[in-house]
Amino acid sequence: MIVLAFLVQALRIAVPYLFAAAGGVLCERSGVIALTLEGWMLTGAFSATLGSYYSGSAWAGLVCGVAGGLLAASLHALATVRYRADQVVVGIAANLLAVGATRFFLRLAFDSSSNSPRVSGFDWFAAVSGGGTSDGASLLSSLANPLVLLGMLSLPFVSWLLNGTPFGLRVRAVGERPDAAVSVGIHVGRVRWLAVLGAGALASLGGSYLALEQHQFTDSMTAGRGFIALAAVIFGNWEPRRVAVACALFAIAETLQIQLQGLQLIPSQFVEMIPYLLTIIALAGVVGRSVSPAALGRQVD
Amino acid sequence: MNVLRRLAPILAPLLALLIAAVVGDALILTFGQSPAAVYRLLVDGTLGNAYGIGQVIYKATTLACTGMAVALGLRAGLFNIGAEGQLAMGGFAAAVVGLLLPVGTPALLAVPVCLAGAALGGAAVGAVPGVLKARFGAHEVIVTIMLNFIVLAFLNWIVATRLHVPEQLHTPDIHAGAIGRLAGAFPAFHGSAANWTVLVALAAAGFMAWDLFRTRQGYELRAVGLQPAAAESGGVHVGRVWLRTMTLAGAIAGLGGTNFVLGYKQYYEEGFAAGAGFIGIAVALVGRNHPVGVLLASLLFAVLSQGGLAVNAVVPKQMVDVLTAVVIIAVAVTVPEMQRLVRGAHGANR
Repeated sequence: MIVLAFLVQALRIAVPYLFAAAGGVLCERSGVIALTLEGWMLTGAFSATLGSYYSGSAWAGLVCGVAGGLLAASLHALATVRYRADQVVVGIAANLLAVGATRFFLRLAFDSSSNSPRVSGFDWFAAVSGGGTSDGASLLSSLANPLVLLGMLSLPFVSWLLNGTPFGLRVRAVGERPDAAVSVGIHVGRVRWLAVLGAGALASLGGSYLALEQHQFTDSMTAGRGFIALAAVIFGNWEPRRVAVACALFAIAETLQIQLQGLQLIPSQFVEMIPYLLTIIALAGVVGRSVSPAALGRQVD
Repeated sequence: MNVLRRLAPILAPLLALLIAAVVGDALILTFGQSPAAVYRLLVDGTLGNAYGIGQVIYKATTLACTGMAVALGLRAGLFNIGAEGQLAMGGFAAAVVGLLLPVGTPALLAVPVCLAGAALGGAAVGAVPGVLKARFGAHEVIVTIMLNFIVLAFLNWIVATRLHVPEQLHTPDIHAGAIGRLAGAFPAFHGSAANWTVLVALAAAGFMAWDLFRTRQGYELRAVGLQPAAAESGGVHVGRVWLRTMTLAGAIAGLGGTNFVLGYKQYYEEGFAAGAGFIGIAVALVGRNHPVGVLLASLLFAVLSQGGLAVNAVVPKQMVDVLTAVVIIAVAVTVPEMQRLVRGAHGANR
């Protein structure tokens, strides 16, 4: 039972990472730096809350969440792909924009600076069993959520997309050798547009999961998860399978920290550092160096 | 064409501000307010009275330091996203030094020692991405972003477990090294946080200008920023320039931390940096990576930041966060567009 509870908790923590990291892999493999995963998640969480609040349906919330992510991602693509603005500058600024805009519209929509009212989420099991009577029921009810399943499928999906479809071949070509891609007639801008939009949609699913699971939006609720996902992308060397392992690793470390909180073995701040430290070590190449897509961050005329 | 070429460097930031103003209008209208009235409120609340001006000076001091930390990096072709962590570490180091000094240490001795501590603390954080880039080729953008989280988590831990005042998230008051308020000399500023640390920021800008444009190291720094390969074959040790630049940038950002710790509260508090490191990116971009430009841009963003508080009763203060982000994106979009328009124009930084 303890093991099961542990695994369920780790999975719930991992779901947003898996979504955002899947988006990060897609985006970065096309040569666009994915610094805005955090912002797309936050936008997704907020627009999912709006959708769920005004319609009363979690599904409508999900659709709105993805729409919000697509909107934020298209702004990103417009600036970096169409206008060839610096990807790092836009990436950082878009995160500030997401934080500021969600706070602004939180005040506008709900007249609150901290959180939204309660909105409906995916409570299938709770509805059947009358709200988790036993431990086992409440455990399972937290997994009876379409987004948990989708989250587990997100990295395999991106893996298939990248390695098993003509579109994925183009994405990789554009991310590694954009000049060569141009010479065989690939429209670099169009491929990058699609990759960024896909990344925005995936990351916003992660944000929607957070908001719908907690039944509300709270200010800056993504709390750096987008950057942990980015760390997982780099630590996983931009390969979906290894990125999934990295996400699982980070989620397990976090779960351990929460479960062992009472014992005071390791301060929580040190557990927080793990993803970032591992990423820096991987980048420095001490053990199994991370090698980024060759054209990452490079503009193509 | 010649006029256009000369104006190009400031044309892009001006266009960006115009775009931000339009976005601001739209946001104000969603709240059913009049843009003109809100903008007037914003200006009146900041530049319209001595208290507001004092607050602007206070905020600009920190932003000028983080802005220079970003600008210096960009001059060398490095993206310093780590000003946030460098600023926090600088402030923390200043507080630790101020706590270690005995009570009653004369200010003439204590203030420079605390400033040196801040510079060293920031420099240590800045040096990490410099070393990792020079030695291992690790991309400084990712390293500085990740390092921000590490530094802030580390400082939170150390303050929470060793140094905090019970029930608070800040250290005890420093024993020595406090920097006086401007209100001491100009009573009109009474109540505002403006303090003499502003001179530190001005001195740092003077140093940056001298270093960049009057010394051999500065020449090498700019050469590396424009063409690292050419600089390398010209005999410049590129890795050493990267390390030196990031260390220096960290030191300047670290000095910015004294504005809060020595000049305002006399203690280090968790989260005092509050995004100043990221707004520093906006300051550097709008200031076109020039010390004078950075100082002017820091005033602009300080007005926005303080102005947000002034209009908060009418329109949420988060409006200015949105506008800051819009300015950054708009500059990022318009600068390359302008450069394509005016080919070979002066001011190509990247």
